[in-house]
Amino acid sequence: MEKQPGTSGSISSIIEAVGLSKAFGEVTAVDSVSFTVKRGELFGFLGPNGAGKTTTIRMLSGLTAPDGGRGVVDGCDVAGDPVGAKLRLGVVPESSNLYMELSATENLVYMAQLYGVPKAEWKPRAEALLRQFGLYERKDSRFQGFSRGMKRRMTIAAALVHRPRILFLDEPTTALDIMSARGLRGVIRDLKKSGVTILLTTHLIPEAEDLCDRIAIIVKGRILLTDTVAGIRHRVKETEILELSLNPLTETLIDQLKTIDGIENAAKVNEHLRLYGKTVLKEVPAIVQVLEKNRIEILSIQSLTPTLEDAFVKLTGVEADVMKVDKPQKPPGGGA
Amino acid sequence: MMLAWKQAYYIARKDLKAYYLKPPLISWGLMLPVVFLLAFYLRNPSEITEVAPGLVALTLLFSTTSMAAIVITFEKRIDALERLLLAPLGMKTLIFGKGIGSSVIGASMGIFILLISVAVFGLSISGGFFLLLGMLLSAFVFAFMGLLISVAVREVFEAMTLSNFFRLPMVFLCGVFFPFESLPKVLQIVGFFLPMTYCVDLFRYCLLNQQSFLNPYLDVAALAGFNLLLFFWIDRVFRKRLREQY
Repeated sequence: MEKQPGTSGSISSIIEAVGLSKAFGEVTAVDSVSFTVKRGELFGFLGPNGAGKTTTIRMLSGLTAPDGGRGVVDGCDVAGDPVGAKLRLGVVPESSNLYMELSATENLVYMAQLYGVPKAEWKPRAEALLRQFGLYERKDSRFQGFSRGMKRRMTIAAALVHRPRILFLDEPTTALDIMSARGLRGVIRDLKKSGVTILLTTHLIPEAEDLCDRIAIIVKGRILLTDTVAGIRHRVKETEILELSLNPLTETLIDQLKTIDGIENAAKVNEHLRLYGKTVLKEVPAIVQVLEKNRIEILSIQSLTPTLEDAFVKLTGVEADVMKVDKPQKPPGGGA
Repeated sequence: MMLAWKQAYYIARKDLKAYYLKPPLISWGLMLPVVFLLAFYLRNPSEITEVAPGLVALTLLFSTTSMAAIVITFEKRIDALERLLLAPLGMKTLIFGKGIGSSVIGASMGIFILLISVAVFGLSISGGFFLLLGMLLSAFVFAFMGLLISVAVREVFEAMTLSNFFRLPMVFLCGVFFPFESLPKVLQIVGFFLPMTYCVDLFRYCLLNQQSFLNPYLDVAALAGFNLLLFFWIDRVFRKRLREQY
């Protein structure tokens, strides 16, 4: 690839992670993670809680020192010049960690001051962001009194105050109600349209499917694959899926069904059982036999077209229900 | 470089607005030294000038360390510290900014008690330059002591407990209520390792017609030395703690 003069990044890639690794004691949180994000791309980091997504973002934003590897943002080596890298980035951490005692405007002006925005732009920039994020009416209200959704929007606004070309969003919709999460996804789409490169971490498969141009699936600190949503779906194109609603549905039963030839994987999704395999539909008689033998009532049975969720389950072996579990939130008074 | 100074100033200004300039905090911070002043005055009005320099130093110590000791611990707890760590500023800028905020509030309260002592009890100032320099250096030393505790502990209550562990012995070993030279030699040796000793001694030099035990230049040099020592110590401990946390 063609290189920019004086930088280590290529023209098309604006974020580069090369063999990033981090261990906390005996636990390896991130294990040789490498990926690149192109300019203007919305790149998703998809994985269950504890997969290493936040640690990777922290290493790329200069907050955590990696044990190995390196990160480059907009041509700036994060370890070599952390202040330079931070100037190029906007980071929205997992918790909405602005200052409770300050108003919306004061918080944004403070961020503008820390990022070296010229004085004449402090207030106009803060007000423009508050309008953009639908918070202008509450510009003089203290951050403490905001709802979770408003706090998330404020935190994104604070990350954009210095007009960064790169935005890191760590689990932006976690713990938000449906309407707030939907509104926030609209904001993220608008930011992408405006040309901001976004690295988004999420454990929500539909969110990644809805927003991202490309996705890296990370499990237990390792990237299993990186591809477009369509590309990932294509990988399981020939996989057949059988969804059964059973009473009762037990782990022992799932283990028994997994032993049938032609069933490559089995997982619980929304209280249903999904069976994956290239010839799983041919195995219906064998499946019914196992169910009858165990006196399991079949409430419904249907074949499905593979979704990203199915592809994720098949490719990672992680149950989709695990991905729906939010991290525990801090008690009131905490940042979130 | 210029941006770093400005960033430190903005951090201090934000801390003052968000945490320090709250009426309950100011009134509570002033109450202790005012009560002490009144108690000593009522006990023996003629001796009030003798203890006034120590009380000004005491005000400075308590008002500066009280908030400095918990400000970073508190921000760690509400995740707001991560916001600062993500901003494009160096660790030393952050520490200095936090130090300025605590020093300003401590020095303001110290000056308030000093003005009461001058206006009400007729204390005279004989070394204005040393007094200002001493006030500034002492405020920063005590702020850095508080910050060192703040970065070393995990919880706010630990910070408060630990800060009293350091503050209370200083009250008795540094000549606050009685002259340093009247202490037994062994305790004097301990006192020489405490910055409060030099702060009180310098204030006695400036407010009691140069009746101090040590040379004011030595006091200034010692306070400056403690400032440097504590500043780099905080830097080291803070980086270590952050490596453990992140």
